[in-house]
Amino acid sequence: MDRKVLLIEDEPNIIEAISFILSRDGWEVKTHSNGHDAMDAVRARRPDLVILDVMLPGKSGFDILQEIRADADLGATPVLMLTARGQIKDRELAEKSGVSRYMTKPFANADVLEAVRSMVGS
Amino acid sequence: MPESSMIGTRIRERRVMNGIRQSELANMVGISPSYLNLIEHNRRRIAGKTLIKLAEVLEVEPSALSEGAEVTLIAALREAAGSQNGIRVETERVQEFAGRFSGWANLLARLHARVEGLERTVETLTDRLAHDPHLAASLHEVISSVTAIRSTSSILVETEALEPEWQARFHRNIDEDSRRLAEGAEALVRYLEGAASSEADIKSPQDELQAFLARSGFHFPTLEEDRTGAFEITAIIDAATELGTEAARRLARDTLKQYRADARVLPIGPFLSEVRRDPSPERLARVFCCGLPLIFRRLAALPDSEVGLIGLVVCDMSGALIFRRPFPGFVMPRDAAACALWPLFQVLGQPHAPVRALLRQAGRGQETVLALAATEQTAPATFDQPALLRAHMLILPEPKARMEDPVRDVGASCRICPLRDCRARREPSIVADGF
Repeated sequence: MDRKVLLIEDEPNIIEAISFILSRDGWEVKTHSNGHDAMDAVRARRPDLVILDVMLPGKSGFDILQEIRADADLGATPVLMLTARGQIKDRELAEKSGVSRYMTKPFANADVLEAVRSMVGS
Repeated sequence: MPESSMIGTRIRERRVMNGIRQSELANMVGISPSYLNLIEHNRRRIAGKTLIKLAEVLEVEPSALSEGAEVTLIAALREAAGSQNGIRVETERVQEFAGRFSGWANLLARLHARVEGLERTVETLTDRLAHDPHLAASLHEVISSVTAIRSTSSILVETEALEPEWQARFHRNIDEDSRRLAEGAEALVRYLEGAASSEADIKSPQDELQAFLARSGFHFPTLEEDRTGAFEITAIIDAATELGTEAARRLARDTLKQYRADARVLPIGPFLSEVRRDPSPERLARVFCCGLPLIFRRLAALPDSEVGLIGLVVCDMSGALIFRRPFPGFVMPRDAAACALWPLFQVLGQPHAPVRALLRQAGRGQETVLALAATEQTAPATFDQPALLRAHMLILPEPKARMEDPVRDVGASCRICPLRDCRARREPSIVADGF
């Protein structure tokens, strides 16, 4: 069961930690660390799930989310959004853009695992 | 309970307050005690002669008994009652409450209004904090490193039989991130401390000069004497702890040289005796046959005990404020450019036409002040260079005698100015919308 996750995040040590726990959980993890060509990475990898940071260099996570949702092919991909700000406005914006789940930093590893498992529905 | 039926309650309150027994009061107005008792318990309506008689004996206006608490108070109380979910407020008895405990009711209404005002302020401040880019950047840094540390450390603790290479790598990551966290936290603290105390810090040479002048009371007795020179100026500057930088000492030297030059033209003896006769700057300029700016500077160099409240602000042709003797209640901005509506800037446009105006600065206590503005040439014109001017504006308390002049609404500086629809506004205010 090769479940593919694409992690779009710009903090190297967060990338490393999330990659580690997801790989141990049996996921195939690909990473991408900037905003402007994130959409190309999504197209190329065709993941089962995208973990998307809000604050990315080049383009915001909200814009990328909207592009994913607007794409005929990839529009249904589950997206878990990570943000450093737990503000209501951010959450509203994410929901409006069609986020599947939303998580604020700092998070517990167990919560991330629980979220990705339930989103892909193994 | 309708308002009019509470008359009895108010009569009773008033009678008890005045220390009169029910039977006594009944006697004095010529009704039976039992009837008064019924009135006081709102079981009988009263009006007309009896009401007037009662009011007279109780030493209140009849309307105070018949109308009771104001309508606005009732409305405010209703609003206060509606603002709190979860407390059952006896709104049906609001009239009775306002009538019987008018002091408490007014206090409650006022506190409610205050709470509402403060809530709005907090909202505005929170909003501003949320949109502060420096703060957002520092916070993002802190949260990112906390997130990495949190996630990495739980991997180290929770993963059984973690390979040594991974272990070493995650340890290194935690070390890196904790260092970042420390820096981020420090930056945050520095930023917050800076924000809190920025008003008190002495920053520019201008500020040092200002602190020095303020401590000296804008008056230098040694420079008022006959034969003073560079020696006295140097002595004053050397003794001034406020002047930390060379630039500030230079500014102070220029200011004191001007002071001494002014004192030579207008020695304090004759000047003071004329000021004591009549301090009108226009008259003084005529008596001493000199320009208004010199008179302004000499007035602003007198000790408080002689001139009372007096403020002076001087700007150069760029509009930069280069001298400020503060006037309580009239804000002269320190860093930002001042309000373009000040007569100070008006006289730069017509240098030979001094301006007198009553000013009311928006915000604060809204005290009206009298402003007198005039310019002085500091360097003559040549064919290559235009003349250099300095504008002076003297600030005095509002004259007791009524002036015909209309009061001009001005600000201190746009960013902190609440004036709406201002023709002179050059940047949005941080107070106009929120507060």
